[in-house]
Amino acid sequence: MSRILKMNGIRKVFPGVVALDNVDISLEAGKVHGLLGENGAGKSTLMKVLSGAYQPDAGTIELYGEEVKIDNVLDAKSLGISIIYQELSLSRNMTVAENIYALNEPVKFGMIDDDELNEKTKKLLSSLSIDIRPDVLVGELSIANQQMVEIAKALSLDPKIVIMDEPTSALSSKETELLFSIIRKLKKEGKSIIYISHRMEEIFEITDYVSVLRDGQYIGTVETEKTDVDELIDMMVGRKMEEFYPEKKFKYTDDRDLLKVVNYNKEGYYHDINLSVKPGEILGIYGLMGSGRTEIIQGIFGILDKESGEMYIDDNKVKVDSPKDAIDNGIAYVTENRKDEGLVLTAGLHENMTIANLDGILGKHKLLDDKKEKRLAKDYVDSLGIKTPSVYQIVNKLSGGNQQKVVLSKWFEINPKILILDEPTRGIDVGAKFQIYKLMLELAEKGVGIIMISSELPEVINMSDRLLVVRNNSIIQELDSSKTNQEEIMKYITGN
Amino acid sequence: MNKIKSYFQSNRILRNYGGVLIALIGLFALFSILSPFFLNTNNLLTVLSQVSIIAIMAFGMTFVLMIGEIDLSVGSIAAVSSLVLGMSLASGIPGMVAVIIALIAGGIAGFVNGMVGAKLNIPSFIVTVATMGIFRGVGYALTDSRPVPIDNEFILAIGNGKLFDIVPYTVIIMVILLVVFQVLLGKTRFGRRAKMSGGNKTAAEYVGIDTKKLQVKIFMISGVAAAVSGIILASRLYSSQPNVAEGYELDAIAAAVLGGTSLSGGYGTVIGTFIGAIIMGVINNGMNLMRLPYFYQLIVKGLIIIVAVYLDVRNKKRILGSKGD
Repeated sequence: MSRILKMNGIRKVFPGVVALDNVDISLEAGKVHGLLGENGAGKSTLMKVLSGAYQPDAGTIELYGEEVKIDNVLDAKSLGISIIYQELSLSRNMTVAENIYALNEPVKFGMIDDDELNEKTKKLLSSLSIDIRPDVLVGELSIANQQMVEIAKALSLDPKIVIMDEPTSALSSKETELLFSIIRKLKKEGKSIIYISHRMEEIFEITDYVSVLRDGQYIGTVETEKTDVDELIDMMVGRKMEEFYPEKKFKYTDDRDLLKVVNYNKEGYYHDINLSVKPGEILGIYGLMGSGRTEIIQGIFGILDKESGEMYIDDNKVKVDSPKDAIDNGIAYVTENRKDEGLVLTAGLHENMTIANLDGILGKHKLLDDKKEKRLAKDYVDSLGIKTPSVYQIVNKLSGGNQQKVVLSKWFEINPKILILDEPTRGIDVGAKFQIYKLMLELAEKGVGIIMISSELPEVINMSDRLLVVRNNSIIQELDSSKTNQEEIMKYITGN
Repeated sequence: MNKIKSYFQSNRILRNYGGVLIALIGLFALFSILSPFFLNTNNLLTVLSQVSIIAIMAFGMTFVLMIGEIDLSVGSIAAVSSLVLGMSLASGIPGMVAVIIALIAGGIAGFVNGMVGAKLNIPSFIVTVATMGIFRGVGYALTDSRPVPIDNEFILAIGNGKLFDIVPYTVIIMVILLVVFQVLLGKTRFGRRAKMSGGNKTAAEYVGIDTKKLQVKIFMISGVAAAVSGIILASRLYSSQPNVAEGYELDAIAAAVLGGTSLSGGYGTVIGTFIGAIIMGVINNGMNLMRLPYFYQLIVKGLIIIVAVYLDVRNKKRILGSKGD
């Protein structure tokens, strides 16, 4: 068992926060080492130190037994360390080939040799069994395919150590399997992988060892085969989590339809959509990426305006042709992509929370009241447990889970009758996930109707009362969540 | 040093305006030393009066930059509005009514800018580069390229008169507009929607904000502000001329950016723009008092623009810096 990498006593401090405190981690050749921890635990910071993006304030890094200094990203690359970030680092206006071999393009007579570039890329992609053309613009690829290109790019330099930060967050199960087979191939070649993920199933499927960080501290390393979910969560969170999902203790009794969608159609986006939600009910929507599930929701919310169909709220026919109509009718939409669609990253918490209902913070002369705004923000920070130094903090600096809570606050402010959640716990750690599930149940208990899209089967089965399976832009099956299971759903998804 | 730094960061007013205020105080100190005529009530009021035309234009520009757009046609709108004013007066229309007509002209110009950009989805840079020429061309056409003399006392008082013989009316108008616009941008729902829309247009739309309507309204604000500048300009020149205010749009943008408005949207204040305009005015005035030749002033102005944009980029990097994790 040859130890390729050893990081000792790594310490990294930012103004006001100790991100890493005396952290150790070691990596063996040909092994996959998982890295677990809640948001803010320090996993990404540790990896940024290893990949040269950050310099540690203390501690050493040993590669093949020799101490090395990684002063910048190029140093790391030349040492054979490659990192695949959670946020894609591709240029959307350039081709796959141009992105993969950026700074390393084959050159002929001083000019970039495009033919050679595309050939090289084609070879690399097919060696990884990735079916994407090298001359396509990255911007035209789906997010899942962009992630595959990102992976290919990291592997193009034939690294010895590959760091993967939440690599499957944008992938469907098909691509996840492909990624895992790539990882297994790399293992056989003696390469080592550090795998950061929140998804327990993946940790148990692909890793050999797991290290846990909590609040910048190194908690410990265990062999994956010899541990279980409870032990890992205990290490991550410092306490035993009874269940992943809070118990639903109430039963909704109101039998009317809070929301009823009849025959919604938009050519190319969604077909024959019929659904209903009762007060206090959680309706789950499950489908693979590209199945059209987000389009259906955007149709309901008025973003992808329908061509035909009717909507009824409380049995009254309503016109919802725009987000403003939807909001006026009490429908809220927490999008999939909080950074691109849900938040103004350059603004503060308070501004993000109040923007959907500015009328609520009006004071004298119909002007905005600073005190009311501050109080409102503080209420949400307290009740949702948002970790922030102040209510004026620019939201870009918050962790993913806390950002999501800001988005939720914004929508709670309009007192929605119907809350639509698209992947509400994506990229969020176990502890924060539980909090969000609890919030959902609290809202449902108050009579709000909830629609939840999720690509995590366990989540959607456990949290919803009924479940819609989506494929090819239409709803192919409605199931009772308490009476179904993963296998049955997968059967419908794959068309059996 | 760190204690001072943290006090600055905690007090919101200082955090927002501290940088430009320090620059302004520094310049005051510098020019007081370099010229005995600088720190003189009359001189300072003159500076404020000279600055008013650009400042008012820059107030409007702040709104446009806030939503991530740009208005290069404000100089031309000022010119056309001043011509509309002159021609209205020449045909016997009373002063106040002529002013209103000129303001409406500015509003219409802004409406065109906003509609073309929002409805046809053309970047505002392109739209206003085009209207920059179109509006000015309309101006030339209206008056057959000839200046229109103004002798209406009310109008002439606007740009040249002083309250109690001390405070120029231009300064009073500028301060009133400063307050009105600052409240509009900082304390109304409209201003908040503009800020959030500039920060993330998609998120704003998903929250029900009609960003197209917003764009039209904001360009109209810019147009009306430019019209006010045009009216003051005509008053001070005792005539309406089709070739005035050329290049003023860049000064307006420089003032806004110097005052902390971000070129990419979502960040900025009218007060900051005001300070930015004063900084530029003080530098111009100081250099004049020192009898520096005009070309030095051009060079310095260009350098100021680079400094302003650099500060904007650096500021943005600080705000959008890496999160901890």
